[in-house]
This record gives sequence, structure tokens and C-alpha cells, in this order.
Amino acid sequence: MRKEELITMAHGTGGRMTQQLIDKVFGTRFSNPILDRMNDAAILPVGGGRLAFSIDGHVVSPLFFPGGDIGKIAIFGTVNDLAMMGARPLWLVASFIIEEGLPMETLRKIADSMAEAVKQTGVQLVGGDTKVVEKEKGDGVYVSVAGVGIVPEGRNIDASNAQPRDVLIVSAPIGNHGITIMTLREGLKFDVEITSDAAPLNGIVEDLLKAAPHVHVMRDASRGGLATVLNELSSASGVGIEIDEDTVPVEEPVERACALLGLDPLYVANEGVFVAVVPPEEADAALQAMRVHPLSKKAVKIGEVVESHPERVVLRTALGAQRIVGPLSGDLLPRIC
Amino acid sequence: MRFVDEFENPVLARKLIAEIAGMATKPMSFMEFCGGHTHAIMQFGIRQLLPEYVRLMSGPGCPVCVTSQKDIDRAIALSQFPGVLLTTFGDMMRVPGTTYTLQEASAAGSDVRIVYSPMDAVRLAQEHSDRDVVFLGVGFETTAPGIAASILQAARLGLKNYFVFSMHKYTPPAMRGILDGGEVHLDGIIGPGHVATITGSNAWKFLPLEYHMPVVVSGFESVDILLTVRMLVEQVMTGKAEVANAYGRSVFPEGNVVAQRIMDQVFQMADADWRGLGVLPMSGMAIRPEYSAFDAEVRFEIPDVPSREPPGCRCGEVLRGVIEPPECPLFGKICTPDTPRGPCMVSDEGACSAYYLYQTEALG
Repeated sequence: MRKEELITMAHGTGGRMTQQLIDKVFGTRFSNPILDRMNDAAILPVGGGRLAFSIDGHVVSPLFFPGGDIGKIAIFGTVNDLAMMGARPLWLVASFIIEEGLPMETLRKIADSMAEAVKQTGVQLVGGDTKVVEKEKGDGVYVSVAGVGIVPEGRNIDASNAQPRDVLIVSAPIGNHGITIMTLREGLKFDVEITSDAAPLNGIVEDLLKAAPHVHVMRDASRGGLATVLNELSSASGVGIEIDEDTVPVEEPVERACALLGLDPLYVANEGVFVAVVPPEEADAALQAMRVHPLSKKAVKIGEVVESHPERVVLRTALGAQRIVGPLSGDLLPRIC
Repeated sequence: MRFVDEFENPVLARKLIAEIAGMATKPMSFMEFCGGHTHAIMQFGIRQLLPEYVRLMSGPGCPVCVTSQKDIDRAIALSQFPGVLLTTFGDMMRVPGTTYTLQEASAAGSDVRIVYSPMDAVRLAQEHSDRDVVFLGVGFETTAPGIAASILQAARLGLKNYFVFSMHKYTPPAMRGILDGGEVHLDGIIGPGHVATITGSNAWKFLPLEYHMPVVVSGFESVDILLTVRMLVEQVMTGKAEVANAYGRSVFPEGNVVAQRIMDQVFQMADADWRGLGVLPMSGMAIRPEYSAFDAEVRFEIPDVPSREPPGCRCGEVLRGVIEPPECPLFGKICTPDTPRGPCMVSDEGACSAYYLYQTEALG
């Protein structure tokens, strides 16, 4: 007898199993040249120009956390996905699945925060939908946001564009968002409060592309963390990636929390951190431009694209050893021993 | 990444590597008991950096991995009892039982929730007085005191709906089992730092006394582990065998006496079935009769389902140090972290998972 296949929580981590779910259930049924590129946003040819189009659902619990809330990351998430394709985000629509019994005040606070995020990113919310589900059928509220933006002429950013010798730049220290949520859920307290890195990336992207117009790839290191994103772009481009452990930026409180929980910061989710793959001749200009911006003042080079070991990400450890960094598999769990 | 303190200092680490290479003039093999060490060793790339004749091999120190197939199946069966709310540490969710994993049982209707502390399970029992909240107690001396404390807390609160399914185990009998088995040649043991924080380094004295086996208790940073290896090499080269402590900032000879007292108040020794090692006498922690009101095995008649270890899975041999994970024909082919066949590929402390994640040998 064949065991019935069921969706498990492991399908939702953003790692390998999420990828398999998308490929097997949706990729095969809807295959077309736009979808098949599997970018952060779809690029649509419209009337001689190009439109970027993307959607992102948010199910974060708790709804409010240090440095953000579900509304803010819902707006930033979609704005960032559009920005990662070099698009200027313009219009968003939002869907709210609300659980019966949610205090009206909570929803107002989320809406306030979204309004502020909309203002901050210079986009407009132009439509939406609300549904209410029975008690215990939802986690307070789920928010999905879809958006469109225009890709200005001359920009050609795609996950498959990475070239050997390209330089990898990460925009900010990694792991803050995921660790904020995880420590909150576990009721852990640290001397220094860790706050989510939730941030809009469209402003940085504009400054970056002005200084380095030939950026090859940009990718939001959200679910699955930096390691998963690097794996995605090394496979999409068919190239190898090498990074240096001691250059990957992790703030000390995050590093300590990860050590305590037995987590690798490379796999922890971010909400306002991205990787730029820049041709070597533009790398210095890119880094300079990013460091001027307050949200990416700690931007740093972490490695480079190489011809050897295609589709593999290799990390040079601080001791001089090398190891492969795979995509996130299974769940990201604190250790028990 | 920043290096939080001297225990990760690359300069110090390289100095230790050079010292080890200078001191060790004959082949020697050390077993790291703890799966946390296996992961750290792979993550830092330590195996590549040691001289070829200083071999490290992984041991049985992964609580989820050594849980017997029957216990896994019984835990899953327990989740299917009407009214049961099963709570567990996350590692157990994806361990393949004979038919299902807990994660699949959860998707099929069982109420299984991941908790980060057994106290969360006690809280759930308070909030859901109409449900039987069961905590799956998997672990060594590290986690057992916390779980014992949860039973004491439930007793104080007068809870009638909190139960623990105790699959806890004592670590020294496993080490004894491996040495008595005589399948692997060992020159020293890297002692488990977290376990020894509770038990004290004295708990490992039987190794030099009865087996003339050097032990050095180790921390989990690169410098800790390299210092441990250097200390072991030194004992081997001078013919000594003693318990030494390279994790002095956490481990004391007598251990954490308060935690030991709580553990002994709630648990008593019983025989236990280990994956890979079979039944080891007095190696399990059973709930004492005084606390039987909180014992899931007393409260529920857990059926003895016919259990079968996954066909082809060689986790047992991996746990005994007889083979390295890549020697298992399933490794990396049929058995991966997404499609694990055995627990050693699931747990964050499992050797197969460490070898798969860090695949250093694939770089050649």
C-alpha cells in the first residue's frame, strides 16, 4: 500500500522541500517562459517596457516583534521582491485573512504600520480584500501582498546572470530577524535586545544601480537565509560560489544567540538583507554607494563567483578548511543536547 | 562572522594544530561521544586540518538517534490516542517510524506540537485541562533534569493531565557498550561537554580505571576541540590514561549537584533499548513509582506495534563508530535530510546529517 503524501511543516521552510513542492505541484502545471525563470518577481513585457510582478504571503507569529510587525514585513517583502529585479515598485494590493475574535485594535495597529511602510517605500496600496475565518482557523491574521513595478530601461538583473569573477556583497549583518522571532517564541531574554532587520530595500537598490549599473543579480536573503539564497543563484547561473567565513557579517548578540540555540546564522531568515552579485570592475563603487545608505552602511564583500565546482557554495572556514554550504533542509531547530 | 571569544581564535587554533602534528608520531583514533561535537568538527573543518594519522570518529551521543525504532513507533502511536496533545522537541518530528513520522502523523490529524522547553508542555496542560498533554522525553543527562523539574512543577500545580513518556538515557553505559563490543579500536574519548556539565567529569573515571582509556571533556568551539585532541595525543604518547577537562569554564569534577538531585528524585535506573547497541542494563531513566501519576506508560496502554528498522539503514553501525556515514549505501542517495531513512540523517546531532551538510570529502 502506498502511503498518502501530505503537506508537512518541512514544506514551508523555504529550503529544498519548498523548492520541490513548487517544482512538482506548480512548476509542471503552469510552465511558461516567465514562470520558469523562478525569480523573486516575474518580469512581464508590456507595451515596449517591462513590468515586475510579485506576491508574498505572511503568517508570522507573534504578529508584533521588536523592529517590526506582520504588516510592515508584508509591505517590505513585496517591495523588496520587486526591487531585487531592479524594478521601481509602484502599486500594491493586499489580502487579509482575519481570525474571528482578533481585537479590532490589533488590526488597526497593523494597518497603521502598513500605511507608514507604504509611505516610507513610496508606493501606493491600490486595492485589497478581507475575509474572516472562524476562531482557531487562523493565527490572528494572515497578510498577503501583491505588487507591480516598472523596470527602467538598461537594467538586466536575473538569478541566472552571475558570472565567474563577480563579487558577492551582502547588504547588512545577517540573522537578526529570524533570531528576534525565535527568541521571542522561546521566551529567551538577552542583555542586548535583538531587533528584526525588517527594512525596505528599494532605496538602496536605486543608489546601488546608479553607482554600479551592471549589477548581475540581487536576491533578498529572506526565508532559508543567506545560504539558501546563495545556493539558488549558484544553480540558476550554473556557477560556483566561494565565501569566507570571517567576512560574513553577524552581530555579536545574534552570534551568541545562534551558539546558544545551536543554529547556523547562514540559515536564519532576514527581512531586510540582500546579496548583490556585481562585476569586479564595479564592486568598489557598489560597496561605496551601499555604505552611504543608512540601511546598508555595514555592507561588505563576502566572496566571489568561481568557475570551479558549479552549483556549489563553498565556505572557507576561519581555520583555513573548506566545506560545502547546502541549501536549508528540514527545519531550522534549536538543538536539544 | 565574528569570533566571540578566545575559544574561536583562528591563530590559537592553528598553533594547536601544529602542536598536534608535532606530538603525534603514531596512528591514533579518538571517538567524540557527542553528536554536537561531530557537527562542530565538521563545521570547522577540523578533520581536514589534523594530521592523517590522528583520526576522529563519531559516537553514539545523539539522543534522537539512539532511540529505538520501537520507542519511535510507540511515540507515534501515542500521538494517535484520542484527546492526546503530544509535545516534543523538534528533532523527533521527522524521524522515520516503521510507517510514519510524527510530522506525517501530525499532518494526518494527530495534535503534535513542538516545544522548546518541557515547561511549555506544562503550560499547555494548564491551558488545556480537557486534554492529556504528553511530553516525549528524549535525551541524556543534559535534558533529563529539566524534564524531571517539569514533573515536579506539574505535581506542585496539582495537574492531572500532564504525562512524560520517558526515553531518557544515561551516557556512560553506551560508552561501556561500545568498548565491550570491541568492534572499533580507540585510543581516547572526547568527553561530552554538555552532559559532563551535569554529571561532572568524575562520571567518566571508569574509562581510565577499567579500560585504561584516556578521556578529555571538551567544549564546542574550535579551540576547545583542538585543545582536547592535543591533550588526548599527549596522554597517548606518554602512555597515560586519565580524565582531563578541557572545558573548565563549564564542567566541574562533581558536576551540577542540584540538577543531579532533581534527576534522581524523579527517575530511577532501568534497562533501556538503544538503536545500534541493543538493550543495555541500567542505562535508561524510568519514572519512579512515586511519580507514576505523570508516567505516560502507566496512564496509557501504548500498543506494541510491530517495529522494523528502515531496510538498508546502517545508523546502528554509525552510532557504534563501525562505519562512517558515507560507507552506508543509502547515504546521500536515497537518504538525505529531505528524505531521511534513519534518525542519524534527521537529528542536528546525527553523524549522517553532519557529513551530508558539510560534505567536505566531496571537495576532494
